[in-house]
Amino acid sequence: MSAPIYTWLDERLGLSEIAAFARHKRVPAHSQSFWYYWGGISLFLFLIQIFTGILLLVYYRPGAEAFESVRQITYVMHFGWLIRSAHSWCANLFIFSILVHMFSVYFMKAYRKPREVGWLTGIALLFLGAMFGFSGYLLPMDELSYYATKVGLQIPASIPFMGAFTTTILRGGPEVGDFTVQRFFALHVVILPLLFIPLLGLHLYLVQKHGNAVPPSEDAKPAAARKSIPFFPNFFQKDLAMWLISLNVLALLASVFPWDLGKQADSLVPAPAGIHPEWYFMAPFHMLKILGNVLPGASGEVVGILLFTAGLAIWVVIPFYDSENKAGARGRNAHYFGLFAVVALIVTTALGYWGIR
Amino acid sequence: MSDPVLTPSQSEIETPLEEAESTPSRRAFLGVAAAAGLVYAGAIAYPIYRYLASPAEMAASESAVREVTLDKAQALPLASALMFHFGTSPAMLIHGADDSWVAFSAVCTHLGCTVKFEPEFPRIHCSCHGGVYDPHTGKNISGPPPKPLKAYKVAVGANSVTVSRA
Repeated sequence: MSAPIYTWLDERLGLSEIAAFARHKRVPAHSQSFWYYWGGISLFLFLIQIFTGILLLVYYRPGAEAFESVRQITYVMHFGWLIRSAHSWCANLFIFSILVHMFSVYFMKAYRKPREVGWLTGIALLFLGAMFGFSGYLLPMDELSYYATKVGLQIPASIPFMGAFTTTILRGGPEVGDFTVQRFFALHVVILPLLFIPLLGLHLYLVQKHGNAVPPSEDAKPAAARKSIPFFPNFFQKDLAMWLISLNVLALLASVFPWDLGKQADSLVPAPAGIHPEWYFMAPFHMLKILGNVLPGASGEVVGILLFTAGLAIWVVIPFYDSENKAGARGRNAHYFGLFAVVALIVTTALGYWGIR
Repeated sequence: MSDPVLTPSQSEIETPLEEAESTPSRRAFLGVAAAAGLVYAGAIAYPIYRYLASPAEMAASESAVREVTLDKAQALPLASALMFHFGTSPAMLIHGADDSWVAFSAVCTHLGCTVKFEPEFPRIHCSCHGGVYDPHTGKNISGPPPKPLKAYKVAVGANSVTVSRA
């Protein structure tokens, strides 16, 4: 850029401050640095979701024509199958990537003071991401999405006292139908993005403000022994390389395993065998099922959801329990709780899939 | 592009970039990277272009129609018109008060509004800017239209009317 134009813009936009920030930003380099990429990968996959989502919006029609419009996208419009397949695959990769990001943050204890708000916004983004997945899954209105939504709505239905009310409002009536698609669509393309994007902005701002956290093993070393690399261009190049790998993985999955479109949903046709929620809902769904079996009756369901909520609450407030940057009982307890959560999620997910085999 | 001036703090850091600085391998790498970037951009842009252009391509194949058969249109009353689609564009079949049959494109040659047959005058009128056409020939008589309406051939059958390109 020629100097006068740069100066003009700099006086008005403060470009040199941003450039100075980028020049001074450094990223710790150590044996666990690999986990630093997962936030960036999640961000990249989210950008792909916006992009492919807008493309699907060009032809998608919610309500009574939902299935027909998705059929048209998949079979009539050139490359529509590819764009839809990329959107569906990317949704799964996105959830996977933020789960990896969350657990790596957890075990590197990156939620400790002063990064508590980063942790809380991250959890909120994961919750919104799951809502994106749940609302988007129904939109094609094929058999699988119809029954998965029916089954999935059991989770809000099991909320004590207000479950039935919440579910009816969410569903837009007593049964999943055109009204449900219409409001899930509004949720998916307007309400959730309106919540997600500013929250993501805050999350990213906090990452810039506090920088990357180092794991306790690294923190124990004397300052002189810790290594770091400049964010720009060194870490940024690696970030870009990870984005490229993610793009290639997505392109392969989307084109080699195109996302299926089933038969049109019909409430009079019995549910096909093996109906189940998406993999990222399998664990909570199956935990409720187990607790419902262990504890008999309606009280069992309430106790189940309370236990589940308690576990989730501990997960959310862990930065306030384990906030000090030092080794100790609290740090160890948090670590064991994290291991318990990982094992519980993997086991219940596996049991869930075993059950529908 | 000139190489960036390194500040002392930066030059202390070992980076693979600096080792390769200004060497032919760096130039070769940038060339390969640019080529790969172009391939990716093309691989992404082409499907998106085709996807977005799908309706236009479908319309192009539809507008290639040579004739349209209008069932039961032979029963159209005297001094009235039937609007229909010839391919993708609006068209009108007029059964004149004198039992004549004509068909025109219903797209005004001025700015593309859909025109209307008005039997009381009789005339074909465009409400957008007041263009007027002759209902027997499609000729532009007054107002802004620069050209006559495109005329089609009409064949009246026992159960239908067939309109085809002249």
